[in-house]
Amino acid sequence: MNKAELMEVYYLMQLARTFETRVAEQYTRGKMGGFCHLYTGEEAVAVGAMWHLRDDDYVIGSYRDHAYYLLRGGDPGKAMAELFGHKEGCCKGKGGSMHLFDWDINFLGGYAIVAGMCPLAVGAAKSIQYRGEDRVVVCFFGDGATNQGVYHEALNMGSLYELPIVWVCENNHYAIGTSVPRSSARESLARKARSYEMPTYVVDGMDFFKMQSVAERAIADARAGKGPSFIEAQCYRYRGHSMSDPATYRSEEEVEYWKKRDPIPRIKAAIKHDFEVEEEEFEEVDARVRRELDEAIEFASEGSELPVERLYEDLYVE
Amino acid sequence: MPTISYREALNQALFEEMHRDEGVIVLGEDVAEYGGSFKVTRGLLDEFGEDRVIDTPISEAAIVGMATGAAMCGLRPVPELMTVNFAYLALDQICNHLALMRYMFGGQVTLPVTIRMPGGGGHQLASQHSHSLEVFFVHTPGLIVLYPSSPADAKALLKAAIRDDNPVIFLEHEGLYNAEGEVPEGTEPAEIGRAGILRQGKDVTLVAYGGMTNVALEAADTLAEEGCEAEVVDLRTLRPWDKETVVESVARTHRVVTVEECPPVCGIGAELSANIYELAFDELDAPVERVSGADCHLPYAKELEQACIPHAPDVVEAALRTLGV
Repeated sequence: MNKAELMEVYYLMQLARTFETRVAEQYTRGKMGGFCHLYTGEEAVAVGAMWHLRDDDYVIGSYRDHAYYLLRGGDPGKAMAELFGHKEGCCKGKGGSMHLFDWDINFLGGYAIVAGMCPLAVGAAKSIQYRGEDRVVVCFFGDGATNQGVYHEALNMGSLYELPIVWVCENNHYAIGTSVPRSSARESLARKARSYEMPTYVVDGMDFFKMQSVAERAIADARAGKGPSFIEAQCYRYRGHSMSDPATYRSEEEVEYWKKRDPIPRIKAAIKHDFEVEEEEFEEVDARVRRELDEAIEFASEGSELPVERLYEDLYVE
Repeated sequence: MPTISYREALNQALFEEMHRDEGVIVLGEDVAEYGGSFKVTRGLLDEFGEDRVIDTPISEAAIVGMATGAAMCGLRPVPELMTVNFAYLALDQICNHLALMRYMFGGQVTLPVTIRMPGGGGHQLASQHSHSLEVFFVHTPGLIVLYPSSPADAKALLKAAIRDDNPVIFLEHEGLYNAEGEVPEGTEPAEIGRAGILRQGKDVTLVAYGGMTNVALEAADTLAEEGCEAEVVDLRTLRPWDKETVVESVARTHRVVTVEECPPVCGIGAELSANIYELAFDELDAPVERVSGADCHLPYAKELEQACIPHAPDVVEAALRTLGV
């Protein structure tokens, strides 16, 4: 990868990270309601998994979805407005934090029923196969999803029909407050998936390079008609499950262990190692991110909710 | 006009719509090689191939989810759930995904999915295979719910369902598959949301649907022998149901009996009668009578099971009560 590409990776990581920081501020100020799940700490997983995607590929995921939307090229202002519940949001304020969606960037949405989106990924992939296209579907979900029935139904069908899917399991080790060893009879989620006869990978999800390398192979296989792959990305969320979770079930030592593996300093160090680069160049990227998010918050703040007269809009195709 | 069975009418609708639109695909348990557990999809595999007629594992939730995902990306899937009873396994995908995604995502997705599912009791299949679950779906915004009672309606409504851009729950009654009736050549899609008046009468309105329509017609024959002219309204669409036709009929007859196979609590009859009281209270000469399935699970034993299902004499009695006889 050349320097410009790596600086783009750094930008995407900072965008995903800083968006969540700003969301937390706005949430605390009462600008948004409901549940709000932050992606902080897991950025390398999504940036790496999506690095080799084409614009016409599909991405679908769980309710921890801000990063997916932004990294697909979604407008931060429309995302922030959605969180504010405003009609200027990507779903007119009807979806909120857990349900971002944007057809124009082939982001097929965030879903708040654990594993509920897995069979939707199967269907999207079926449409690709049916039309003889070479697009792929990347489906993100957490470790908790691997204990749901419909998850196993979907993995089975993905392999059975040899569909172009990359299953990306963000193993952040906790399903809300219940750890993987306390919820999964098989601790290795990759081994659990392997019975569905597809390539499975375990990867350090705190490392962009490892993540993108594995994803590149899985995406290429899917594109070439070789069927699905499964990636278990071992990662960590720095915050609780949602804004209302103080995460008392984790030790400080454990959190520190993972923070030492923070993907952002790692990408920065890698760039510095390979290229002549001044600190100001990183600062410029940080400033660009800040500016874009200032604009996003301004855009969201200027918006307003849909009028109640439009409550029933979009329930049916008329 | 050719006479064919309800089953054949559905099969013809699938053939014709698959020929008309190559986006239409059929998926479900045993729908391809086996021809469907009730043989509604017989012959489709040979005609359209395995790309479009897809046998699935026994995975009801994922069958519906796969259909939803494919519809999101432009196909027009017609999944079959082997029986309505198995829809319980797929309720999350039906009610918590398919039905609400268009709304939740601000109108960005169109989900033309028609989920076919046979239901109803009367075949000694015991409690887990005899449900009438229409109320679950009627209760869910975002869905359209159809329930044909005759071969002609089966064909016209299934064609309408497949062409509609909304998610449709298409209920078929297991007891009707062999029922025969005239079905016109070149059937056009029916109008969704429009009830039919199957028999005109001036003394009492019997509102029924699906498997209960024949029960209402039989009751009307008996009532006629006793000098009571019953009007029989077949709802055809349960959501959105045709308030106008029902209310107009009540305005003519001033008496009404609702007939449903499902249990009564918060049922179709409850919905109908609440609306009739709201919209046509002054027209009524007697309280609305509800005839429903028992508020009970359907047992295996033949006579006990039959006691759970409305029959024509139950409807006759209810009609006579509205007449004060």
